[in-house]
Amino acid sequence: MTLTINSISAGYDSSIILHDISVELKQGLVTALIGPNGSGKSTLLKVIAGIVKPYAGIIRLGDINVDELKGTQRAQLIAYLPQASNSLPSTTVFESILLGRKPYISFEPDSEDLAVVEDTIKIFNIEQYAFKKINELSGGEIQKVLIARAIAQRTKVLLLDEPINHLDVKNQLEIMNIVKHYTASSGLITMVVLHDINRALQFADEFILLKDGYIIERGSSEVITPHVLHEIYGIEADCITYKKKRKIIII
Amino acid sequence: MEKLNLQNRESEYIKGHIVHTYIHLVKNKLLFGILLIICIVFVFVYSITSGSLQIPLSNVFSSLVSENEFSYIVNNIRLPRSVAAVIAGAALGVAGCVMQNILKNPLASPFTLGVSHGAAFGAAVAIIVFNAGTSHSIGNESVTIFNVYAVIIAAFVGAACAVIIILFLSFLKNISPDAIVLAGVAMGSIFSAATMFLQYFAADFQVAATVFWTFGDLGKAGWVENVLLAGGFIPVIIYFYSQRWNYNALLWNDDVAISLGVNIQSLRLTGMLLSAFIVSLCTAFLGIIGFIGLIAPHIVRMLIGNDYRFLIPYSALFGALLLLASDCIAKLILEPVIVPVGIVTSLLGAPLFFYLLIARRTP
Ligand SMILES: Nc1ncnc2c1ncn2[C@@H]1O[C@H](COP(=O)(O)OP(=O)(O)OP(=O)(O)O)[C@@H](O)[C@H]1O
Ligand SMILES: [Mg+2]
Repeated sequence: MTLTINSISAGYDSSIILHDISVELKQGLVTALIGPNGSGKSTLLKVIAGIVKPYAGIIRLGDINVDELKGTQRAQLIAYLPQASNSLPSTTVFESILLGRKPYISFEPDSEDLAVVEDTIKIFNIEQYAFKKINELSGGEIQKVLIARAIAQRTKVLLLDEPINHLDVKNQLEIMNIVKHYTASSGLITMVVLHDINRALQFADEFILLKDGYIIERGSSEVITPHVLHEIYGIEADCITYKKKRKIIII
Repeated sequence: MEKLNLQNRESEYIKGHIVHTYIHLVKNKLLFGILLIICIVFVFVYSITSGSLQIPLSNVFSSLVSENEFSYIVNNIRLPRSVAAVIAGAALGVAGCVMQNILKNPLASPFTLGVSHGAAFGAAVAIIVFNAGTSHSIGNESVTIFNVYAVIIAAFVGAACAVIIILFLSFLKNISPDAIVLAGVAMGSIFSAATMFLQYFAADFQVAATVFWTFGDLGKAGWVENVLLAGGFIPVIIYFYSQRWNYNALLWNDDVAISLGVNIQSLRLTGMLLSAFIVSLCTAFLGIIGFIGLIAPHIVRMLIGNDYRFLIPYSALFGALLLLASDCIAKLILEPVIVPVGIVTSLLGAPLFFYLLIARRTP
């Protein structure tokens, strides 16, 4: 199954932010979405999640036209983590993750829903504070819970907007490892907005480089070159190979 | 081998223990609901016995099954009054609960949309402009008799107007919940200015009648009023309860709610319309009863957490309990005079609200 984004144009009110975006995302792969501030990364994720309606273009998952789905059906296929949510409700971690099961709950959660929540809590290793209020946790702990909620949604597509910002290095690696393994093992289509290019090179399989709402480059890690980085960020960078992986050194 | 088995059993035990803890917590919340219901039953029975004439408990029960000297009071005065307290308290509590959710504002209350001022203006129009209130003066005591239903209908129309204007403005330009709260304040001020304008040109007894009308008073309720109140309230709370998961999602930011499949626009619109509807109904029949809708959801949230599966029914139950208890106080405080319950709820509600604000740990 592939997620096909076909000639999407989108924006807010009258301004156009995304211009004619077309990409295909494959199952089991993590795609990193990279670009400067204001280049339209979050907007692209919101279009796929159904939060921003595109002016033109079509989004298909396999042969399903995603735009024709009802809210709940769409939520069973696509999970979305927004960029830095500033307002958190005072619900417990368990309740927050249980909300990820909402698209499946018609009356009350059944034992499967509860089991999924428990499994997810264990995957993220957050048992110790499963019944603490989410607004009483640290930034890194909160971020784990929010990603856990998206994963508990058990969708085909996972959209994460800057999931590891403000996290310490250990938590960055832990979260990205979970995302990568879960994507590969469950055959997910995962798109992650990352600002740290080396982190992207470490965990992503595919790369999309965005600037001013246009796709500048896309493909495997080879597309990340000093030349391209100069083009989209206007910076000087060097590229080295360390343990068979590409690394970028910003000068 | 033995050791391995033990390990297996241990992991078996650990598996499911988070779910168990959760189910245990849910059971505690259910117990809290049962406790609330028991409290309501007790206060309800007590409120039937209390008043300017104390009726012994045994006589209350016997008066229900067979005619005795208390039957008239119990059936026509005490019972309708206490039933009105339960329905109106529940309606105000649940309306506040939903308003606080959809406006994302813990200080939102059923009156945030200007319902009370709109209702008071409607009543003033009926009494002053259409002369729905007449008055007999006996010495220096003035007794006011209303053309009750004209005033009720006018009050309801006034309340509905306030809400519809605000909702129209908000959906004209899709304004934020915060702006809706502010628009409610502005709307309230327009309506109270209009009411004062009418009062300025009215006769003394008409002014007295409009002021008297605004006092929230459960004594205004008879069986007909109760049936109408219940007829409005029951379908609305069923709808609210059916949306509990959507309200849970709406606790998060709007984008999260949408990505979980919530149609936030229609959820907000119907939520505001329906809560305004039941509050307008209560206000039209009983007058303005403040603070129940603000405080009941707050206290319930402090006690059982932020889960609308429980918050919706329990805000209703707690609202009912608060209004019943306030009415008991209203009957006793200046015995044998019965103080309008709206005065009691505001008098007790405001300090309680201050306390809740100070006691709240999180900023
Ligand atoms: N709700 C909105 N209303 C109007 N314009 C918006 C809105 N959200 C974003 N924009 C505009 O759209 C453009 C792209 O924003 P977007 O959030 O997609 O950028 P981004 O690539 O995610 O940036 P960042 O790295 O800073 O998160 C910006 O110019 C921004 O000003
Ligand atoms: Mg962004």
